[in-house]
Amino acid sequence: MQETTANKVAANATSSFTEHLQRDRPELLPYIRPFEFGPSAGQPPQVPHATTIVAMTYAGGVVMAGDRRATMGNIIASRHIEKVFPADQYSVLGIAGTAGIAIDLTRLFQVELEHYEKIEGTLLSLDGKANRLGAMIRGNLPMALQGLAVVPLFAGFDTAAGVGRLFSYDVTGGRYEEQEHHAVGSGAMFARGALKKLWRPNLMEDEAVSVAVESLYDAADDDSATGGPDPVRQLWPVVYTVNRAGARRVAERELAAVAGTIIESRAAARREA
Amino acid sequence: MTQQFYVSPEQLMKDRADFARKGIARGRSVIVVSCEDGIALVAENPSPSLHKIGEIYDKIAFAAVGKYNEFESLRQAGVRYADVRGYSYDRDDVTARGLASVYAQSLGAVFTAEQKPFEVELAVAEVGASQDRDHLYRLTFDGSIADEHGFIVMGGQADKVSGAVEAGWQRDLSFAAAIRLAVKGLVTDKESPELPAKALEVAVLDRGSESGRGTRRAFRRLSDVDVMELLAEEN
Repeated sequence: MQETTANKVAANATSSFTEHLQRDRPELLPYIRPFEFGPSAGQPPQVPHATTIVAMTYAGGVVMAGDRRATMGNIIASRHIEKVFPADQYSVLGIAGTAGIAIDLTRLFQVELEHYEKIEGTLLSLDGKANRLGAMIRGNLPMALQGLAVVPLFAGFDTAAGVGRLFSYDVTGGRYEEQEHHAVGSGAMFARGALKKLWRPNLMEDEAVSVAVESLYDAADDDSATGGPDPVRQLWPVVYTVNRAGARRVAERELAAVAGTIIESRAAARREA
Repeated sequence: MTQQFYVSPEQLMKDRADFARKGIARGRSVIVVSCEDGIALVAENPSPSLHKIGEIYDKIAFAAVGKYNEFESLRQAGVRYADVRGYSYDRDDVTARGLASVYAQSLGAVFTAEQKPFEVELAVAEVGASQDRDHLYRLTFDGSIADEHGFIVMGGQADKVSGAVEAGWQRDLSFAAAIRLAVKGLVTDKESPELPAKALEVAVLDRGSESGRGTRRAFRRLSDVDVMELLAEEN
């Protein structure tokens, strides 16, 4: 078929920042870099890993929380890392897995959403955002097979339907909508156990924040790669809520109070767990 | 064989410039005003979706007059340029000066090399922490770039409109006053002294977006209702 000007223009018209980079500046993408000089196959290099993220729905929105630890083998690589980010006005993203790639992927995803909004003059639908994130995770599959996987958890407020929704992913980019609550990362198993007992339908926002912090507390109790609340350094999990008004980071002061209450009640119970 | 006539370069450039100028003067004016609260961008535009004013980056906005397809492609190119730059360096490293110089180069290249020049005139505005650090750049069809102070009027009967805006412009205008001033400018070449909010496209670059709205993105489009309220407000 003859390549007409109109065809060319249509083919070049994209609202996606990632597509634009793939076409014009592929070296800027966090993935698809040749990885020739790495260690021999089956032996992933020692790099910081981000750990546990939890998310749940509550009456009128979703809440997402992440602990502050990154590990490198048996070493604590960071006590201050932040793993939950606002993706745009109505959605948040938490990341577990290889921290370096995950943080770059997050940045790319944030620009992707903002870019679409600026080019098109309208926000992507929540499903559209979730699908784009899936495509990005799939783009990282070659790295994941080398042991550098990134597994995000995505949550947002669906402005059309008026509800908060959660999405989990696998390394191949598979996108799964989750009901009620979900967790990813090394401590996810223990956080899920806690969530099953603590979560109930139609929680209030402050209750949901408290449940999120407590489930991370339980994850940190049993998983050495998850950091619990740290009253010595005054470090608390990063918690975001998303509702009709948009995404909001819960203030340190509120989190200190919530974590303090949990620690006190656990201490007062004088039990093993 | 057809005979090629000799046309002097002066004549060629003049013809192209006249052609572009005519195209630009045909439309309605767009006004960009720097004021105390930030930068107000006002255009007469009856379409609610085909914008003449757009967001480029956190502190940078774009306004244009002329042919829609031409300035829209420039706007999209600007958004791509800014996003790539902000992504590969840092968000703070995206400046209006860099963007304006890219625009100047592309407009200049089109003016000399293409079949026809772009019939557009652009404004690139960057809001700073204080009014002294606001930047307003005007870009014309031939790639000329000018650093303006206070305000920019482009398109339509720019001279007439510019006179009206100049008479009323002060440093310490609020958004409401700046938008009223721009509307006063827009109606100078009209019979009726009123412009309905529906015929206006208004956006602002908010100087206090971090403290006021908790976002780095200073650009905000005003709805018809907002505009009506601002126009009704008394000084």
